[in-house]
Amino acid sequence: MSEESIKKFMFVNRKAPYGTIYALEALEVVLITAAFDQDVSLAFLDDGVYQLKKGQQTKGIETKNFSPTYRALEGYDIEKLYVEKESMEARGLLEEDLLVDVTVLSREEMGRLMEEQDVLLSF
Amino acid sequence: MLHIINKSPHSDNALESCLGVANSGDILLIEDAVYAATKGNAYEGKIREAVGKLKIYALLPDIEARGLAERVIDGVSTVGYDGFVDLAIANRNCQSWL
Amino acid sequence: MSHIEVNGKTYETDEEGYLVNLGEWNKDVAEYIAQTENLNMTEQHWEVVDFLRKYYDEFQIAPAVRVLTKAIGKKLGPEKGNSQYLYELFPYGPAKQACKVAGLPKPTGCV
Repeated sequence: MSEESIKKFMFVNRKAPYGTIYALEALEVVLITAAFDQDVSLAFLDDGVYQLKKGQQTKGIETKNFSPTYRALEGYDIEKLYVEKESMEARGLLEEDLLVDVTVLSREEMGRLMEEQDVLLSF
Repeated sequence: MLHIINKSPHSDNALESCLGVANSGDILLIEDAVYAATKGNAYEGKIREAVGKLKIYALLPDIEARGLAERVIDGVSTVGYDGFVDLAIANRNCQSWL
Repeated sequence: MSHIEVNGKTYETDEEGYLVNLGEWNKDVAEYIAQTENLNMTEQHWEVVDFLRKYYDEFQIAPAVRVLTKAIGKKLGPEKGNSQYLYELFPYGPAKQACKVAGLPKPTGCV
C-alpha cells in the first residue's frame, strides 16, 4: 500500500464497559479496521478508561468479558493506546490498574494528538 | 423509599440529583453507577457524606464485572440479585433515576 | 436455530454450522464438524485447532487469518506460519473452517 493512502484513524472511547454497548462495538470495529493497514490508534478518556481496568469478572452479570481482547490488539499491530491522565485521576486509577501497556497523556497532549488525525471515530 | 441509579456519576448527573433530593431511605447503585462506590473516584466524598443519612448499597455482580471488587468504599454495602429483590420488597416505593 | 447430533447428544449450531455453546466442544464434535467440511483430521489439523482454542481462551476472540498466520509462525515455526500451509489444511480458509472445527465463533472481520 502506498504511503499516501495510509490515513491516521483514531478511535475515541468515552464509555464504560457493559453499561452500554459502545465499548464492545468499538473494539469490534477496531479489529476489522486492522485489516486495512491504516495508522490506527485508540484513545481512552472519560469513562472509557474503565474499559481497561484489570480484574473484570462478568460471570455474575452473564455478559461476555471482552477485556482480554484488548490484549490481542498487539497481535493485530495496533499498538498505539493512549489514556488521558485527568480521566484516570478522577476515577482513582493508576497505570498499574490497566490490563495493557498504554501511553498516558495529559488532556492537552490528547487534544493535540486528536488534531493530527485524518479520521476520528467516536464511541 | 428506594432510589436506584444505573449511570456513571462521571457521565450523568443522576447521582447528584438523587443525593440532592433524597433525605432518607436506601440508595442502590447498579450497572455503571457502581463506579460511584469505588475508592479514589471523584465522587467518593459525596458517597461518604451520604452514608450518614442514607443507606447505600451497590450490586456486587456489577462491581465484579468492572474489576472493582476490592475497591468498594467502606460504609457501602454490597448485595446480590437476591438483595436487590429484598430492597424492592422492603421499601414502600421506588424511584429509578434513569 | 439448527443442531447436530453426535454420539446421541444434541448440539446447537447456528445456520452456518458453528457451535453455539463453546463450552460443549469436544474432540468427537470436532471430528463430526470436520467431516461435514470434508476434512480428514490429521495431527497437523489438530495442531491448528488446538492453537485456535488456546488463542480464544486467552483473548476471547477468534483471530483474523493474518493474525493467526503470524501467531502460528511464532509458535510452530515459519514452515507452518504461512497461508499456503494453512490453506492446504483448511481449503475454505483456515480461520473460517478451522474455527468451525474448533467450536469457535466466526472470526470478527471475516468477510
